[in-house]
Amino acid sequence: MTTLQPPAAAEPRPAPPPVRRDRRSWKGWGFIGPFAAVFALVFLAPIAYSVYLSLFRDQLIGGTTFVGLENYQQAIKDELFWASLGRVALFLVIQVPIMLGIALLVALALDSGRLYGKSFFRITIFLPYAVPAVVATLMWGFMYGTKYGLVGDFNSAFGWSLPDPLSADLVLASIGNIVTWEFVGYNMLIFYAALRVVPHSLYEAAEIDGASQWRVITAIKLPAIRGALVIATIFSVIGSFQLFNEPSILRPLARNAITTDYTPNFYTYSLSFSGQQHNYSATVAIIMGLITMVVAYVVQLRGMRKGA
Amino acid sequence: MTTPVTTPAPAAAAPAGVSSPPRLRRVKDHRPGRPRRSKLLTVLTSLVVLYTVVPLIWLVINATKTQSGLANSGGLWFADDFALWENIRDTFTYGDGIFTRWLLNTLLYVVLGAGGATLLAVLGGYALAKFDFPGKRGVFATVIGAVAVPGTALAVPTFLMFSKMGLTDTPWAVILPSLVSPFGLYLMWVFASEAIPTELLEAARMDGAGEARTFFTVALPLLAPGIVTVLLFTTVATWNNYFLPLIMLKDPDWYPLTLGLSAWNSQAETVGGEVVFNLVITGSLLTILPLVVAFLFLQKYWQSGLAAGSVKE
Repeated sequence: MTTLQPPAAAEPRPAPPPVRRDRRSWKGWGFIGPFAAVFALVFLAPIAYSVYLSLFRDQLIGGTTFVGLENYQQAIKDELFWASLGRVALFLVIQVPIMLGIALLVALALDSGRLYGKSFFRITIFLPYAVPAVVATLMWGFMYGTKYGLVGDFNSAFGWSLPDPLSADLVLASIGNIVTWEFVGYNMLIFYAALRVVPHSLYEAAEIDGASQWRVITAIKLPAIRGALVIATIFSVIGSFQLFNEPSILRPLARNAITTDYTPNFYTYSLSFSGQQHNYSATVAIIMGLITMVVAYVVQLRGMRKGA
Repeated sequence: MTTPVTTPAPAAAAPAGVSSPPRLRRVKDHRPGRPRRSKLLTVLTSLVVLYTVVPLIWLVINATKTQSGLANSGGLWFADDFALWENIRDTFTYGDGIFTRWLLNTLLYVVLGAGGATLLAVLGGYALAKFDFPGKRGVFATVIGAVAVPGTALAVPTFLMFSKMGLTDTPWAVILPSLVSPFGLYLMWVFASEAIPTELLEAARMDGAGEARTFFTVALPLLAPGIVTVLLFTTVATWNNYFLPLIMLKDPDWYPLTLGLSAWNSQAETVGGEVVFNLVITGSLLTILPLVVAFLFLQKYWQSGLAAGSVKE
């Protein structure tokens, strides 16, 4: 970094004063305190509150009653919930590798220094990240149209008969395309930033040994950015499990294909706001949160162990 | 995932003896730091660029069309009538100028939400990087754990809690949750550990500066690139936020742009609702412009900030 200063204007202090004693103090709380307070209010309190809610049930007769784990038992047998989870799991195993794969290839291409106009590529591929999910989905939704959209244009211009991207069979892939478009540049940038800090001496050593480009990539670059790969994967896993914006905005265009329980998040949203089933909604949210954390944790363990 | 990593063996990979002839050639070609440019690689990467910019070009082109022009012309070329200026005017005047109100709301949420989130992340990151305080490990573990909690899984419980507190349908319902950015805190922690030499802080303290003064005069200037990075990313998160305002706000007067555009779009669905796709498209273009411009102009800062963030990964 350019901001790194040479070790503070060298006035040699012969013996560092015994700072050990007062190093551990409450002073740090003056700085972390505000964050911690808001964090407790908007992160910890809602978690605690939803755990509390999940143990009760609101009934027409008898009002709110404590039901223990009955909501959880209901969720485990809830086919709608499992179907929605299956959808995002399918989304996860197909969309995430494609998106991260493209992002990684572009990052490697940028880092190789073999591109003309490198900074143009870097910024243009990143730009969709600045586009809100709402705008991205509206845009793609218009383009997906078989009547007035681009798909329709192609069909009439070339006499093709492209299938409707918003049909029940294809809508998940169409959502995957929107998400890929939004985040491929963001992930590319994370990988690229990690590649930039790989020490150049490693490349020089490899070159002297006559290692091929491919070998340099697999033996030096990929292991060096393993941390970034793991973090990007975890973020993508979380993002997939949370899928909501794209299907909910696309729904008016594809009412039959996208149901209000299309993804787990959509399901909790509908339970809460159309169904007024707050307690059950909180239960499903907790289960989803737990599943997400477990998967993210497994990704991290596997990723960090791999080849280490 | 996509990494076919088999051997972590660094550098000394290929046996040196085998590769003598190619080595000669490579040495001759070798210009340190500037490998040969490849047309093929450039063309391949251009395909990805095409993928990312075609929708944006589509947006710009279609923002110039009237409602009937949208229906009667191809998506990737202009219609006969060029109505961009009329569309922009109509976007701002339609529905008693509600778009302007949404724009101002969005600015309010960004200034207080993203600005506040950045401030809290900078202070917190500095504390984690440069202080040893009781409960530090606990704070750290909780925040890292919280990153894995899906934000939207929290949204419904937060809504229920806020509605008990009477905060829903007020700007606070959007601003308060935006104030916490675990990713921002992480980035500032990494950045502060790298960019601020502890000796510098100790020197300032020995000169009698208090903690606040040390932070503002010594630490803050060194953190500038990291701050710009965090500010940009929290701004994007707040500007683009949809789910949180969707559940928190009923009154269209408090909508941010994202929610307003979505409302205009679904107007076509409702019985008797006016179809204003031309305004949805022009409004979308106006919504993304400020962020695109910000990212283009602040490139130098956020890219160096991100690079620093990746040091510790």
